[in-house]
Amino acid sequence: MRFEGTAHRYGRDVDTDVIIPARYLNTSDPAELAKHCMEDLDAGFVGKVKAGDILVAEENFGCGSSREHAPISIKHAGVEVVIAKSFARIFYRNAINTGLPIMESPEAVEGINDGDTVAVDADAGTITNVTTGATYQAQPFPPFIKGIIERGGLIASVRERMADR
Amino acid sequence: MPRPMTITEKILAAHAGLDEVAPGQLIECDLDIVLANDVTAPIAISEFGRVGVERVWDPAKVALVPDHYTPNKDIKSAEQAKIMRDFARTQEITHYWEIGCMGVEHALLPEQGVVVPGDCIIGADSHTCTYGALGAFATGVGSTDAAAGMATGKAWFKVPASLKFNITGELSPWVGGKDIILHIIGMIGVDGALYQAMEFTGPVIARLGMDDRFTICNMAIEAGGKSGIIAFDSTTCAYVDGRAEREWAVYHSDPDAVYARVYEIDASTIEPTVAFPHLPSNTRPVREARHITVDQVVIGSCTNGRIEDMRVAASILAGRKVAPDVRLIVIPATQAIWRQAMGEGLFDIFVEAGAAVSTPTCGPCLGGHMGILAAGERALATTNRNFVGRMGDPTSEVYLASPAVAAATAVAGHIALPEDLDQEAAR
Repeated sequence: MRFEGTAHRYGRDVDTDVIIPARYLNTSDPAELAKHCMEDLDAGFVGKVKAGDILVAEENFGCGSSREHAPISIKHAGVEVVIAKSFARIFYRNAINTGLPIMESPEAVEGINDGDTVAVDADAGTITNVTTGATYQAQPFPPFIKGIIERGGLIASVRERMADR
Repeated sequence: MPRPMTITEKILAAHAGLDEVAPGQLIECDLDIVLANDVTAPIAISEFGRVGVERVWDPAKVALVPDHYTPNKDIKSAEQAKIMRDFARTQEITHYWEIGCMGVEHALLPEQGVVVPGDCIIGADSHTCTYGALGAFATGVGSTDAAAGMATGKAWFKVPASLKFNITGELSPWVGGKDIILHIIGMIGVDGALYQAMEFTGPVIARLGMDDRFTICNMAIEAGGKSGIIAFDSTTCAYVDGRAEREWAVYHSDPDAVYARVYEIDASTIEPTVAFPHLPSNTRPVREARHITVDQVVIGSCTNGRIEDMRVAASILAGRKVAPDVRLIVIPATQAIWRQAMGEGLFDIFVEAGAAVSTPTCGPCLGGHMGILAAGERALATTNRNFVGRMGDPTSEVYLASPAVAAATAVAGHIALPEDLDQEAAR
């Protein structure tokens, strides 16, 4: 999977309440959730994000609630990949399970400014800041998790196993 | 002989059918309970539909609790709750509680004996870690993990390294479970336990009752923890005896178990603590927060809505009045707690003081309903998160503290300690 888009850069501890505020959790409709993505952190986000863009953040991205509405709203707002210094663990699982590509690379995050053009090769785990020309290597996924990603998420993976029985 | 293990490693090994596990190892565990609520279940049910099985793996091991937006606040939330209710009926889920029996999930499941010591539990709610107080491994997951769990009875985990928090010494007056966990989060930060299990131990923990222990394990997630755990002892035994609906299993950490880090905490250094906006780690002693005035106080939630919390709040509110500019909302976490509080006369005290007493609901804790803040308003709450917009408008603020501090704050109109009230009355 290769992506190229504009980086939208945020700080540390971006929590799931600002990614998708609970006042919108009375629905699980992806299109509706996408309309309010990042609303309480950056009310202008939905207006400026374009399909194919990249979300960049510092430590502990997605901390807080277990709401899968968070990765769903990010994905359906058009974001192709989230690059962070680290991810909160439930968000990490949710992203893998739901097929939102994520990459961990403190160096890349340090080297990317808001508005830079960034290219990602998710299979090779490389992140290139097209604006500056610098390339970074993300933490590789363990083979087991890679397997879930390659099958298209947890449910596809479980379905395959159940069918094998 | 297997390698020395922590309580968390032992529970995970037993549920993976292995003699031993080590941190970092990827394992698949048999689950004892899979939980979801009215916010997370609808997505889980939709994902469950894609697995290709007709029935959940065991209808007695799935727990569905309509607690977040219930009694339903609007048509959309009613539709979400209905999806879960219909699924519970179709699948003949035995652990489903309708309004009138329902409680806030993490108070309800232990109270009803649905989760027991030694269990391996996943819940599509981040505060599932609460059940660690029983000596169980319990962790929050998303809806898709819950869907896979409902279909297969299994979940994959990376075995977490453990952090040990050994608490010794004597607790000061008005310092309880909430102050202990806020102190720890303030010390290690909101990702200080990222991907790790937090094990709470020592003589102070041994003397705490179950309600304080639930509060401590409940907020492990606010330090980024995968789980929080307190080993089974006579207090746990007295709590589960007579309510556990299954046999339980007792695990203890080996004396030579390996920890990523051991924190030694002298309880006498812990003061009544308040977390300022907008992170639970932004803690300060209450004595440095007296200048903060509030519009609303909430006493309730999966963190502090249990009977001991109600009793502490009532002991401070008895014979006093809520400040004229403050709205006090008291929310007993379950129907049983509600009834017990009523039977003990606590509601007379709350109502006499000028508080509103609500039916059980997560409600304002997540900004759902039943006490939403307007722009610029400020609340002190016994809940667990104070993120931007958590209880309402993005410009509103939430301060986190214990039920004792919450009750005193409601009377004083500003953040206060119980002992401040007599001094202010004397002035």
